[in-house]
Amino acid sequence: MDILFFALQVIAVPAVSPLLIGIIRKFKALMQNRVGADVWQPYRDLRKLFQKDEIISDEASWVTRYFPYLIFAITVLLGAAVPLVSSLSPELVVGEWGVFSLAPVSDFIIIVYLFALTTFLLVLIGMDQGSAFGGFGSSREMMVSALAEGGLFFALFAVSIATQTGNVMEMVSSGMYELPLLALLPLLIAFMGFFLVLLAENARFPFDNPATHLELTMIHEAMILDLSGKRLALMEWAAANKLMIFVALGANLFFPIGVSTTVGFGWESVYALPVFGAKVLVFALMIALLESLMAKFRLFRLPDVLFTSFILSVIAIGIYVGAYV
Amino acid sequence: MDILFQANAFIVALALYAGAALLSLFAGWQLRDGGKVANRVAHFGACVASLLLLVFSIGVFLDGEGKMLSFASPFPDISFAFRIDGLSAFFLGLIGGIAALASWFGVAYQKHFIGKYDLGMFGFFYNAFLLGMVLAVSANQALFFLFSWELMSLASYFLVIFDREDSRNIRAGFLYLLMTQLGTVFIAIALFLAYKATGSFDFDVWRATGLASLSPVWQGVLFGSVLIGFGTKAGIIPLHIWLPEAHPAAPSHVSALMSGVMIKTAIFMIIRFFFDFFPGAPLEWGLVILVLGAVSSLLGVLYALSEHDIKRLLAYHSVENIGIILLGVGAALVFAGYGLQDFFVFALVAALFHTANHAIFKSLLFLTSGVVVGVTGTRNMEAYGGLIRVLPYSAFFFLIGSMAISAFPPFNGFASEWLVFQSLFVGVAASSLLVKMIFLASIASLSFTGGLAMACFAKAFGITFLGRRREEHLSERAPEKERMNWLVHLPMIILATLTLVLGIGAPFVVSFLVGIVASLVFGTGGETLAFPYLQFMGMSENFAGILPVHGTAVALAVFVAVIGAVIGWLTRKRRITLAPTWDCGMPLSSKMQITATSFSRSLVVIFRGILRPTKQTDVEYRDAETRYFTSVHSVKTDFFDVYRSYVFRPIAQALGYFSDRVKKIQSGNVNAYMFYVFMTLILLLIFTTR
Repeated sequence: MDILFFALQVIAVPAVSPLLIGIIRKFKALMQNRVGADVWQPYRDLRKLFQKDEIISDEASWVTRYFPYLIFAITVLLGAAVPLVSSLSPELVVGEWGVFSLAPVSDFIIIVYLFALTTFLLVLIGMDQGSAFGGFGSSREMMVSALAEGGLFFALFAVSIATQTGNVMEMVSSGMYELPLLALLPLLIAFMGFFLVLLAENARFPFDNPATHLELTMIHEAMILDLSGKRLALMEWAAANKLMIFVALGANLFFPIGVSTTVGFGWESVYALPVFGAKVLVFALMIALLESLMAKFRLFRLPDVLFTSFILSVIAIGIYVGAYV
Repeated sequence: MDILFQANAFIVALALYAGAALLSLFAGWQLRDGGKVANRVAHFGACVASLLLLVFSIGVFLDGEGKMLSFASPFPDISFAFRIDGLSAFFLGLIGGIAALASWFGVAYQKHFIGKYDLGMFGFFYNAFLLGMVLAVSANQALFFLFSWELMSLASYFLVIFDREDSRNIRAGFLYLLMTQLGTVFIAIALFLAYKATGSFDFDVWRATGLASLSPVWQGVLFGSVLIGFGTKAGIIPLHIWLPEAHPAAPSHVSALMSGVMIKTAIFMIIRFFFDFFPGAPLEWGLVILVLGAVSSLLGVLYALSEHDIKRLLAYHSVENIGIILLGVGAALVFAGYGLQDFFVFALVAALFHTANHAIFKSLLFLTSGVVVGVTGTRNMEAYGGLIRVLPYSAFFFLIGSMAISAFPPFNGFASEWLVFQSLFVGVAASSLLVKMIFLASIASLSFTGGLAMACFAKAFGITFLGRRREEHLSERAPEKERMNWLVHLPMIILATLTLVLGIGAPFVVSFLVGIVASLVFGTGGETLAFPYLQFMGMSENFAGILPVHGTAVALAVFVAVIGAVIGWLTRKRRITLAPTWDCGMPLSSKMQITATSFSRSLVVIFRGILRPTKQTDVEYRDAETRYFTSVHSVKTDFFDVYRSYVFRPIAQALGYFSDRVKKIQSGNVNAYMFYVFMTLILLLIFTTR
């Protein structure tokens, strides 16, 4: 039972994340009066890529060979450490050695820095083939990410101050809803900051266009331009995982309704699942709506957006620190 | 074995340094082998002495008791007194460990100078420099300390100008000498003020007496002088201007020592003054240190980002990391002011931990960059590229160092930065709004520093080691592929292992450091110097229990291994074809890659208000009249140096102006000079008989 629960929590994010991508694409297609591919298309893409042989640049080193595995593994680990349906850290009793717990990974500073690590590794992959595009993609990604890290850190820090804990699982189960309504308002401000970072970190509008392969504009796609086959599949899958994790963090940290706090498959879990699904759908709709309604920003307007996200979180923290702590 | 742990070992290590210095000088002078023997004598001698020192400091900890030594001196007011307590032993161990590895590396590194420069002289100053550092952190008497401090500073000056054929190094050396002497002036002021307050040059008397007899204004002057004097050596912005010039000029293993250890002696003395000699400094000093730390860390990393000289880039990161250490020290001082004992210890532990971590990964980075500079013959990153195929080992170790300094879990840089973050979080709950805001600003600065450091090291590693060779002419002297060489790679292996071990083993390190800090702060006096470990074990367990680093490391290892194995096995039948990089069907040249300058250009543009990039465009035309066809189009980008223009140049000008005025009394007339002498005599007589 324990091991089943553990395994479910570990594979939940990689299992669901392509579906989220499919849903967003479907929403976008519908809004553009297209039929679009069905929501399972990302799964077929992944299967196709995994079955293909691959071409690796002869300039490439072990960076290209091994880092995709590393990045994918880190996103899976993070996926297991954030609250989805349940706010209990996955734990596995390993015989006499003790408990293999993922609770430490749920520390919000660890999450921020592990995401930074995936970005760092991805940027190095982009520069590894010595191509004209990869380097520019890396440079842009670094610009966006270096500035987004402060925003992400402070958005999570705002929740951390409100709930008096650094662990994202405990943030959800801390009974935030016992706070007075006024105390929840700053959280909404912090959420706006978080949502901007979500868009930035996941190469979404207005930061990047996930659908284009036009070299001049792209950020994320430029870095993985020279990958193919299973390595490309891993990178695409890791990107999907990352989006799923950000959506889960946004949905559960800032709106912690209906997250199960018990082990097993009791009524609470059964009730938590559709609630979580609904929240994720709302996020998917929001992203799709945004991408249909607005254009991508010019590169040098992006820092303004990122600083705005940071300032929003600082305001939220300022209210908490000034009024409550 | 026991004898190694005794105070004798310390004396023997000192004697070994001195012996190696003199022997290497003698060998360089007498033997006509271009300095081969002198090189070995100097470095192996230093290595053995440093190892002995390391063993000795470990012995101090195992003993659980510090050592006091004292020797009479023929000079008044100076006694050769040593006090090796927990803090001293910690820094001695750090110096010993890093110096042993750097010296080991130095044997091979200095080989290309054989026959070019006097290596005997180098060996002399190298050992004198190490000796000076060791004395500076163990001296227990103010004037003896000042002497050691100057020995360290002056000897390192000669190491900076060692490669003297490059005139830039001479200039860098002069700037270093100037700044370090400026710092010494303030240090001397602080020492003499303390003498005025306590009537003694003995540090133990300082501890016992305190500053009570000094008025608050003079106390402020004392603490200010401490900050300026030692801040100059530590490289706090705006006193850092010598650091990015001097550190790159020295040979790489000396850069490792200067960046990794020497600037930490300043941190050591700041901790001594504020927490050991004269505890109870007002809380505002903590806030000042916090602001200095926040500014240094953020600006340091921004300047690093704009560099494309690999060693200057690393030097600016020293400024950044000193800033992070100061954030811990400042937070500790604020908590001490509030009387929050637990948090005060916690913050100081964070600062000390980061001190050790920075010493480790910065030495690693400087040693590997030394290999890169040795192979390519230039420090300019624009000439690198694709070195991962030539230097596979160095590339790997540089990557480890980069990940550690960018504070990625599970490396040691993350563990200490996490602790600094936690101690800053505490400050947000302070009662005063000003304190809250300063802590919040420090957190903001530290979080942005993390992101920018990541960008900077993605650039440093990516431009240097990945992609294609940029300068084709370098391939003529194409170095053969790096082979495992114990003289070169052993220190790197040890340092890289340490970044991981200290990261995963952070809880143990923290409880160890809690013992040191507790003995410093709640010490039992000069006689026993015992570390009250047991008393604070509970405290350290509280701290260690919340560290998420080792748990994350285990989880990361398990996930990477399992997922890598599963996917690798499932897709084992897929074939890999090697092919040229795709470039829209065009032939790809190495010039088409991104350069170091353009990689960070967008961030530089975003922060142009701070960095002040300048751009000079020069166009020459083939047809001077009509100006349609350009023949040469050159662009020179640079950065406007705010500190020199707005801080140091006005000071220099004011000094010059003042000197000009004073010059007027020098008429050249002997009678006038006689008059000056006479007047001085009269004034002195009045003054003394008053």
